[in-house]
Parts: sequence; C-alpha cells; structure tokens
Amino acid sequence: MTITLTIDGKTVSVKEGATVLDAAKEAGVYIPTLCADEDLLPFGACRLCLVEVQGDRRPMLPSCTTPATDGMVVRTSSPIIDKTRRNVVELLLSDHPEDCLTCPQNNRCELQRVAAYVGVRTNRFRGEKHAYPIDDSNPFYRRDLDRCILCGKCVRTCDEIQQLGAINFAYRGFRTKIATVLDRPVATSTCESCGQCVDKCPVGALYPEAWLRYGLPAAETKTICAYCGVGCGLILQTRGNTVVGVRGDPDNPVNHGRTCVKGRFGYEFINHPDRLKKPLIKKDGAFVEATWDEALDLVAQRLASVVREHGPDAVALLTSAKCTNEENYLLQKYARGVLGTHNVDHCARL
Amino acid sequence: MTNSIEDMKEAKAFLIIGSNTTEQHPIIGLNIRKAVREGARLIVVDPRSTDLARRADIHLSIDPGGNIALLNGLAHIILKEGWEDKEFIASRTEGFDEWRAVVEKYTPERVSEITGVPVERLYEAARLYATTKPAALVYAMGVTQHTSGHQGVQACANLQMLTGNMGIRGGGVNPLRGQNNVQGACDMGCLPDFFPGYQRVADDKAREKFAQAWGARFGDKPGLTIVEMLNAAEQGRLKALYVTGENPVMSDPDSQHVVHCLESLDFLVVQDIFLSETARLADVVLPAASFAEKAGTFTNTERRVQLIRPAIDPPGEARPDWEIVADLARRTLKALGHTPDGPYAGWDYTSPAQIMDEAAALTPIYGGIRHSRLENGGIQWPCPSPDHPGTPILHVGKFSRGLGKFNPVEYIPPAETPDDAYPLILTTGRRLEHYHTGTMTRRVAGLNKLAPEERVEINTEDAARLGIADGDWVVVESRRGRVKVRAAVGQRCKPGVVFMTFHFAEALGNVLTHTALDPVSKIPELKVAAVRVLRA
Repeated sequence: MTITLTIDGKTVSVKEGATVLDAAKEAGVYIPTLCADEDLLPFGACRLCLVEVQGDRRPMLPSCTTPATDGMVVRTSSPIIDKTRRNVVELLLSDHPEDCLTCPQNNRCELQRVAAYVGVRTNRFRGEKHAYPIDDSNPFYRRDLDRCILCGKCVRTCDEIQQLGAINFAYRGFRTKIATVLDRPVATSTCESCGQCVDKCPVGALYPEAWLRYGLPAAETKTICAYCGVGCGLILQTRGNTVVGVRGDPDNPVNHGRTCVKGRFGYEFINHPDRLKKPLIKKDGAFVEATWDEALDLVAQRLASVVREHGPDAVALLTSAKCTNEENYLLQKYARGVLGTHNVDHCARL
Repeated sequence: MTNSIEDMKEAKAFLIIGSNTTEQHPIIGLNIRKAVREGARLIVVDPRSTDLARRADIHLSIDPGGNIALLNGLAHIILKEGWEDKEFIASRTEGFDEWRAVVEKYTPERVSEITGVPVERLYEAARLYATTKPAALVYAMGVTQHTSGHQGVQACANLQMLTGNMGIRGGGVNPLRGQNNVQGACDMGCLPDFFPGYQRVADDKAREKFAQAWGARFGDKPGLTIVEMLNAAEQGRLKALYVTGENPVMSDPDSQHVVHCLESLDFLVVQDIFLSETARLADVVLPAASFAEKAGTFTNTERRVQLIRPAIDPPGEARPDWEIVADLARRTLKALGHTPDGPYAGWDYTSPAQIMDEAAALTPIYGGIRHSRLENGGIQWPCPSPDHPGTPILHVGKFSRGLGKFNPVEYIPPAETPDDAYPLILTTGRRLEHYHTGTMTRRVAGLNKLAPEERVEINTEDAARLGIADGDWVVVESRRGRVKVRAAVGQRCKPGVVFMTFHFAEALGNVLTHTALDPVSKIPELKVAAVRVLRA
C-alpha cells in the first residue's frame, strides 16, 4: 500500500512503513540529521530532524521515528523548528572541541554540515568539557570520545550490521559514553576491526589511523576486493599513485557497503616498498635486475627449448586465483595453444 | 554456489559444514548471523568452536574426516522418520533406491562411533534440518580437503535433494570459494582437464573447437594437477614451470617436499607482485601489477562476474599479467617458429575487454558477458547470450543434467589417522586477520599488530596432559616435519584436535600436512594429519 502525504507543500507517495524522514528524502526536502542512517533502524537520538505535523497535539516530532501516514501535512521549517535545531547544535558544541581545521574529520564531518545549515553563530552554553584519553589500541582506527556526540551510530552498527555488540552506551547523564565491556581499550574487546562503525561515525570520534597521515583523497575508484571469494565491492581512495583508504561500495549487490578488516584496512601491501619493480634474472645464485626484453626472451627461449627437447608436457603452468578472468583465459591459452600442454592448474584445491 | 548470497537471507535453516564463515567469508558470515538473529535455525558441523558454532542451535563437534558418515547419518535418520521430501525425490531425482541402500547402513550408533557426535545430537540436528524449509547447506574446504573430498560434496548434494532444498530461494548447495577469483580461474579453464567453461579436454568436439580457434595442437589426455606437477618435477618428467601469482612453497602440503620438487626443475619462472617464498627459488622473476592497478573481471563464489578498475599505476616497470603473458606468447611462438592460424590465434590485445570478448565467444556459460554490461553490479553465469540477464539460482525446475542423481557415497577413513606415535589430529585453516600465505596481509602493519604470530590451538584437556600452558612454546611434529610455535590453550578445538594456519612462513602448518590426494578431485587432505605436540 502506498501512502501519500504533503511535505513543505510537496505531495509525495511512499511505501507503508516509511518514516516522515524517508518521505522528505523522496520529496527532495533536506532535513538535518546526525543519528539517522539508511542502513540502521530509526533511533531518535539527536533531535535535529524535528518537524511539525498539522493537527498533532505535540508541537514537534522527530521525523526519523515518526511513521508517515496518509494525508499527513508536514512542515520541516518554521521559526520554532529552526530555533530548536540551533539550540540542539549549540548544546552539542558546548561539549565539543572547536578545532575543526585540524580535526581528522575536517570537511567530512556531519556536525560541521549541520551546524552550517542551521546557522549557529554563537555558543551561549558554557560548562564542563570531557577530556578522555584517545584510545589508540586498535592499529586501524582511533577513538577520540571528546568528539563523540552520542548519536549511537557506532553502537547500532556493531549490533545491527556486524551482529557483534562490542560497544554500547555506558554510565549516565553527562558521564554517558560509548564503551566496551568494563570500559577497557577497544582492542581488548570482541571488536573484529571491520571498521564499519568508523565509516558511520558522523564526527571525529572514530577515524581511520591513516587519516592522521593523509588528508582527503584526490580520487575514488570502484573495484572488487582481492581477498576472499565473496567479491565485495570496494571504493579505493587515492592520492597520486598511493592508496590512502578504502570504503565499502554501497551500491554493490554483494556487500551493500559492508567490509571486513582485510577489505577495509588491508590495502597497505599495494604501495609496499617490497613490491617487485623490475624483472629479475638469477645469475650465480643471486638475482640481477633485467630489462623486460632480456627476461621475456630468456623465458620464451627456455620454454621453447624444453618443448622441443622433451615435448610440451615437460612444461607446466600454475595460474592464479588472484588474477583476472581475462588473465587466466590467456594463461591457459598460452599453455594449450602455444606450448601445447594441458598441464595448467591453480590453487583451487588449496 | 547453486544459489545467491542475497537469497540466503530467505533460508529458515542453515547447515554449515567445514566452513568458518565469519573469519573466511566475513560478509556472508554477517548475513548468516543476521538471519539467525531474525529467527533462522543454525546447525554447525565443525571440530572447532567457531563464531558460528557458538551462535548455533546445534553444534556437532565432529572428529576431522567424519563428514560423509555424518551426512549419511543425518539422511538415515530423516528417512527412518519419514521427514524426506517425497514429492521432490519422485519428480526431480534418480538413483534414490541404490543410495538409500547405502545410507541404511549408517545407523546413528555407527555414525556416532565414527564422528564422535552423540546419537541424540544427530537426531536433534536431523529433525531440525529436515523439518525447517527452505534450508541452505553451506560448505568450504572442511568438506573438500580430504582424500574423500569429492564424495563429501556429493553427500552434501544428496542431503539437499533428500530434503527438497534444491532450485529454491534460501536453499541450495553453497560452496564458499576461498580466493577472490578462484571461481573465475576454474571457469576460464585453468584446470588440467577442462577448457574454459568446463568443456572437457577428453571431449573430441571441445578439443576440435579450441584447436581450430587457436590454430593449435594438443593431446587428448588431461594434464597434471598442482601436486602431480611437483611430483613430476621431482621425478624429472617436468622440466620447466611457470608460476603466476601463486606461492606453492607455503600453500601446498608438505612444504619441505615442495621446495625439493621446485629445486629439481631445470627452469622456474615466477610472476608475482612480491618476491614470495616460491619466487626466491625462481630463475626468472617477472613483476606483475596488483588488482588496484589493472582492469578486468573477477568471478565471486556466487558466479557473479564483476569489473575491477585501475585506481593507480603499477610501481616501477611492473605490468599487468595479461600484458606480460601476451608479450611472452608472441616471443614464444617466434622461438618455436610457429605462426598459428585461427580466428582467435592472435596475441595482439589492446584491453581486457577485448580478451573477455574472445573468452565469451568460446565459453558458452560466459557467452553474454561483456565488460560494457558489468558496470552496475555484474552478472551471474550461466549467461549464454548478450541479452541474457544471468542466473541467480541453478537447477530451478530441472537439474542441469535433467534429473538430480543420488550418488551413493561411503565413509572412507582419512589417509593418516592418529596412533601412539602421533596421537593428535592437525587440521588447518586461516584466520580473520590474515590471508592465505600472508604475501599480502603480512605486509600490512596493522594486521600484523592484531595477529602477530602463529599459535597452535590445543584443547585444555590435551594441554593439561602434556603440561602445556597458554602461550608456551611447543613443538608440533608430524611424519613430514616439525614446527616450533606458541600454544593457544582453550576450548576452541575439541580434545584430540589441534589447529594451525599457513599464514606464517616461520611457523607453517603446511610443513606438517601431507600430500595424500582425493583420487578424483586431486585435492590434498589438508584437514587431517597425525601429529604430536611436545613442550619446546
């Protein structure tokens, strides 16, 4: 069943079960949010997405947890809504560092975007600020809880997506924080280092360790992971000829943006100094750098002479489950079509 | 996989056998965890208490090597209780009576004796599995890496036919492939008995087709598998080996034997992105591009052909493998004085897309695969023509061979069983943080920090008897070799079983494994070796 409602004068139809926030997105109306996420269940933590619903006795409702109903008339902006949202952001900023330019999340931060949208110009609330130590126990990401806005995205990601529950809300009131069991460093928890919470964090509370070394990527390229056989879509983030980050491809039908620890963080080998850069020929037991012409001519002549002297089945090829289909096709074509042997296999059994 | 990763979400029950899915195929593991949380029932067959085993309704802690007995035993109970899908068996299958006669011998008592699983647990599992539908069977190397590996796979298929779980969403026989493109390498004919698309080398028509296409001549006998190649090298029958992106020194059983075999060759070429343990033995090393530096396609475990795209340039003079082999082919033809004549005899390729066009023309299951069609999410083969949407589920309505065949399979003990001298069973696998021979992951500092070294997992009971504490240095010995390694003492392995990986060259599980092969699939029995553990 479809539901038709009006948002800021625009008529929009959505499926049953959609929230007012979903409907606003469908209508192309921007509502600022910090805790809402398409991959997570509605939570209603940040109170930024407040809207007015005509005829409702409550002055404002959070659009992310309010189901859309037929004939609903919604306003997403009014003097009271705008003022309330500014208050909400001001309250968040009252316990948030003001060092955006040097924050690893700079220019990727949802709080920056939302603060800019609602137009916070002063901060009237002065009070105690948290000063937690940074948790750097996991080699791939940092936890800087001074920047945490308690949106709960990390908690819900670990629970709903990773099905793990390594972290949760702990303590009460101003002391509320996101913690592992017994509030110990995250590396001692059941964390599987998938990095999904890091990806979802809207602020600089969780960020990849690599962001300490690199700024924003210059380019992104969609590709497929080179580890296991699941075939997750990855987006490689690069600066020049260096891979500086990876995120899951949200459009890939296999992983829908999710990754494991190897997919997201296991990319350092690509630019490792150990990479082979020139052909090598062994002379007197030691490798000597060679040109491609020297190396390939040597291989061609040696393989051809084995075929001539001992027959094609004295040669064999091991192809690679790491290479592409196109490369594997050519490798077996080379074995069969050029050398004349069916001695071709790979690690399918290993 | 007969089915798709996406439709596993619709399974109401799972039987996971020989797969540590959470660590080896983490994203599929997440889907299973989620399905279980939302109410799907889970049975895990594994000698180790894996993540999924701990989340399971029923964990059947099996002695390594007992898969066929266990699967036959579940079928025995299902038949005895009348829980089988009679309509499916009657309309879709053949060979049922012959198979039933074999399964009848697998009484719960006998199966319990072989597998170490209590009779009542077998009953619980059989009831749960047969009375919950659809049910997906998921397996990995824990089923295949045995001298009876191919029969193990057949036993899986038999159970899915018995319960009518073939050709439906949320069902199927779902092998999880271990490498990003191991499916594709098989599809492309990198097997000694198959041309691309599983067209048999032994088939006259297939041979004629490829001989004409490539203007080539070759024999009618299948070639050698990897372990057979190594043995042929040792015996002097194989003179030269060209290895691309593989590291058999670490990945193959009985590592010291592998090194000896490779050293027996007259000529070894290794093409890789790093100077691997195998590359160090080579006469010539060719520097290749990594996945991040080239275009092409990978085929995943659900037969989905997906595009990879270059994000950066290869380092130094490294080149994509397709360019290297094409260049080498041109030079080899010249050295041989051959000028083959055929529609696809040429080696002048300008792009991977052009190579796929050629492969598709010769490979019916890839007939409709074109790079231009793969931009949005890829296509699952069989895809016989350019207008075909691909095939998410196999065997819908009809098996590809017509009727589904029940293959009677018998339990065969592993090639090496524990004895007084070597009283424990070593089973091998991988860990979440590392990958295969570690060529890539051991060059990622963070992964090494998370998992810095090998640990042999040993049960608390065995450790207590041997006087070993968690973290102690021990020596693990088999008839092939010995490895010094620290012990991880706990409940992860069942008593009598120890576990190691092949990620760490300095403490390599494959020094201990042996080369006994399944006679049909030629897979080595990496999941069962007899060892002893001593305090170091």
